[in-house]
Amino acid sequence: MQELINKAKELLANGTVVRVLGWRAGDLSYNPEPAFFETEEDLQKFVYDGFCGANLSKYMIEASKLDGKTLVFLKPCDTYSFNQLIKEHRVDREKAYIVGVGCRGKLDIDKIKEQGIKGIESVEGTELDGPDTLTIKTLYGDKTCSYASAMLGRCHVCKGKEHMIADEIIGESKDTKDAERFDAVKAVEAMSPEERFNFFQKELRKCIRCNACRNVCPACSCRKCVFDSNKFDSAQKANVDSFEEKMFHVIRAFHVAGRCTDCGECSRVCPQGIQLHLFNRKFIKDINEYYGEFQAGADIEARGPLTNYTFDDVEPSIVKERG
Amino acid sequence: MYKIAKENLSALFQKIAGDKELYLPVKNGGQTNYAAWDETVEVDIDTLKTVKSAKDAFFPQFETLYNVKREGKKLDLQQEALKDKDFVIFGMKACDIQGVKVLDNVFLSEPVDTYYAARRAHGIIVAMACHEPEESCFCKVFGLDAADPSAADVATWMVDGELYWKALTEKGEALTASVKDLLTDADEAKVEAEKAQIRAIVEKLPYSNLSLEGWGGDATDVKFKSPVWETLYKGCLACGTCTFVCPTCQCYDIKDYTTKDGIQRYRCWDSCMYSDFTLMAGGNNRTSQLQRYRQRFMHKLVYYPANNNGMYACVGCGRCVEKCPSSLNIVKVIKAFENEGGSKA
Repeated sequence: MQELINKAKELLANGTVVRVLGWRAGDLSYNPEPAFFETEEDLQKFVYDGFCGANLSKYMIEASKLDGKTLVFLKPCDTYSFNQLIKEHRVDREKAYIVGVGCRGKLDIDKIKEQGIKGIESVEGTELDGPDTLTIKTLYGDKTCSYASAMLGRCHVCKGKEHMIADEIIGESKDTKDAERFDAVKAVEAMSPEERFNFFQKELRKCIRCNACRNVCPACSCRKCVFDSNKFDSAQKANVDSFEEKMFHVIRAFHVAGRCTDCGECSRVCPQGIQLHLFNRKFIKDINEYYGEFQAGADIEARGPLTNYTFDDVEPSIVKERG
Repeated sequence: MYKIAKENLSALFQKIAGDKELYLPVKNGGQTNYAAWDETVEVDIDTLKTVKSAKDAFFPQFETLYNVKREGKKLDLQQEALKDKDFVIFGMKACDIQGVKVLDNVFLSEPVDTYYAARRAHGIIVAMACHEPEESCFCKVFGLDAADPSAADVATWMVDGELYWKALTEKGEALTASVKDLLTDADEAKVEAEKAQIRAIVEKLPYSNLSLEGWGGDATDVKFKSPVWETLYKGCLACGTCTFVCPTCQCYDIKDYTTKDGIQRYRCWDSCMYSDFTLMAGGNNRTSQLQRYRQRFMHKLVYYPANNNGMYACVGCGRCVEKCPSSLNIVKVIKAFENEGGSKA
C-alpha cells in the first residue's frame, strides 16, 4: 500500500497528475470508499486492501471531464472496463495515468457474515501480501475464516492476473480462480422453462429498483438513462407489477450485451443479493458460441461481435433454433 | 410476562394469522425481508436486520391511490379501499419502531394521509429486542434502547430458545388474550439478564458514542454552506439504495399509469438521489449530485428536527452503513463534520 501512496505523491508532486482516484480508509475495518485525493495531506487517508472492491473505471467517466490528468488505480478486472469505455469514447485515455494494482481477490463482508460472524470490530490479513486466513475480532469473540471463503463471487471465476491497460504496474496479483466461469449459466440453462422462469422470478422479485446495479455499471454510461425519463410510462422507481420480474433487468442485460466485461459490480452492489451477473454471463456465453471467443475490454481495437458483420456470422435462424 | 418455546412459534403464527394478517421477517432467495406469513414461508427471526425496514407495512413502496374509468363522457373515480382490518407486524426492532414515529409526524399531521392513518390504526406492533447488536448499529445515539423496545404493543425477547412476551398496550393485551392458550407464565429474571447483556454490547459498539453536537434544527446555515460536502459526495453513485432501505425516508412520487379505459393513479417511494426528484414544470431546484447528497443528510439531521421539535429523522439502524455500494453513509457524514471543524460552529 505504501508503494501506491508513494507513487501518488510522486506524480502529484511532479505535476504528471492533478488528482488521484483511489480508496479512502473507512471508519470500520471493511468499508473504504472510492475517493479523489488532491494533496499529499489527503493521501494520509489512502488505503488499499482486500475490501477495495469497487471498479474505479466507472468514476473515470466523470474524471475525464475534469481539467488535468487523474492517476487511477485499477485492478486487473477494472482494466477491461476502462478499455471498453475508451472504445465507447466515454473516458479519455490522455486524461488518465493508470497504475495497475495487484489483486489477490476482493473481499465481501457479506460472505464473512454468512459464516455466522457478526459484531465485527476488525478484520486483519486483508492486505495484498497478507496471509491466507483472515483474523476477525468481534464483539462475540475472535473468529477466523479463509481469505478465499470471504471473496466476492466474481473472484472465483477471475479473468486473470493481467492488466489489459496500464502505464505501470505495482504489486503482484495471485490466481484466485477455482470455478468455471460458465458453470452457473449452464446450471440455469439446464433447467426446464418453468423452473427457469420461476428461478428468475424469485430472484427478480427481490428487486427494490434502487438502480445500484445500473449506476455502478461501467457499461451503463448513457448520460441520461431511458428509465430516468419522466415521459416514460413505466413503474420506473417502484418495484411493482411484473415489470421488474420480466423486463427491467432483461432490458438492461440486452443493452450491455457485447459490451459487458463481466466485472461483476452489479451483483456486488445489489442490496438484495440478486445474481444479476447471470444474465450478462449468459449473453457472453452465447456470443462466444455464435461468434467465437470474445472478451469485451480485452483491447481497444477489436470490433464487438454485435456491432460488426462478417460472412462467418451465425444465421439468425440458427440463433433462434438454439434459443 | 409470558413465554413460548421457539419450536412452538409456528403454532403461534398460525393462531395469529387465523384472524389477522401477519407480517414478519421471511427469508427469500437468501435475503430476509418482511412479508406476509403463510405455512410455506421460511420465517427468519434470527437475522438482526431485514434488508428493507418494516416501513412497507405502513407506507408501502408502491400503492394505488385510486382508479379512474372512462365510460363515454362519464368519469368514474374509485378510491382504493383503506385498510380496515387489524394486522400484526412481528419482530420489529426499537429502531424500526422509531422509524414509524418519524413517519407519523409527516403523515399524521394535517392534512392527514388517510392511507397511512388507516394502516397505523389497524397495525399491531410486536417488537423484538436485539439479541446481538451489530457494529453498524447506532440507535443509542438517538436515545433508543435496543434491549427494551417499549414503543410497541407487545415486546418480546428471544432467550435460550424461548420467546418472552410482554403486552404493553390495550391492543397488545387483546392480542395476548387471543393467543393465551399457547403461552405460559414466566418471570422476568432471564429477560432482565438479557437486557443487561444487550446494553453491555451496545456500550461497546463502535458508533455508540457518535456525537450529534452541532446538528439539529438550528444548523441550516452553517451546515448547508460548508465546503465539506464538496468532497463527501464524490463517491456517491446516485443510486437509491440508502433511501429505499431507510426506515425514515418518506418522500414519494405520484404518477399515473394509463390503463385500457382510464388511469391508475399510484404513489411510490421516491429518492432524493434521483435526477427527477422534485422536478417541476419550471425545472429542478437541485441539479448536481452534491446538492442531492447534501439534501438527504440535511433533511435527516437539520430540516426534519427543525420542523419536529428536535427529533432526528435517523434512527441509527445502520442499513445505509451496510448497503451503500460505495460505503458512504450518514455516520461518515456526521464524522466528517466532526473532524473538519464544522460541527462546533
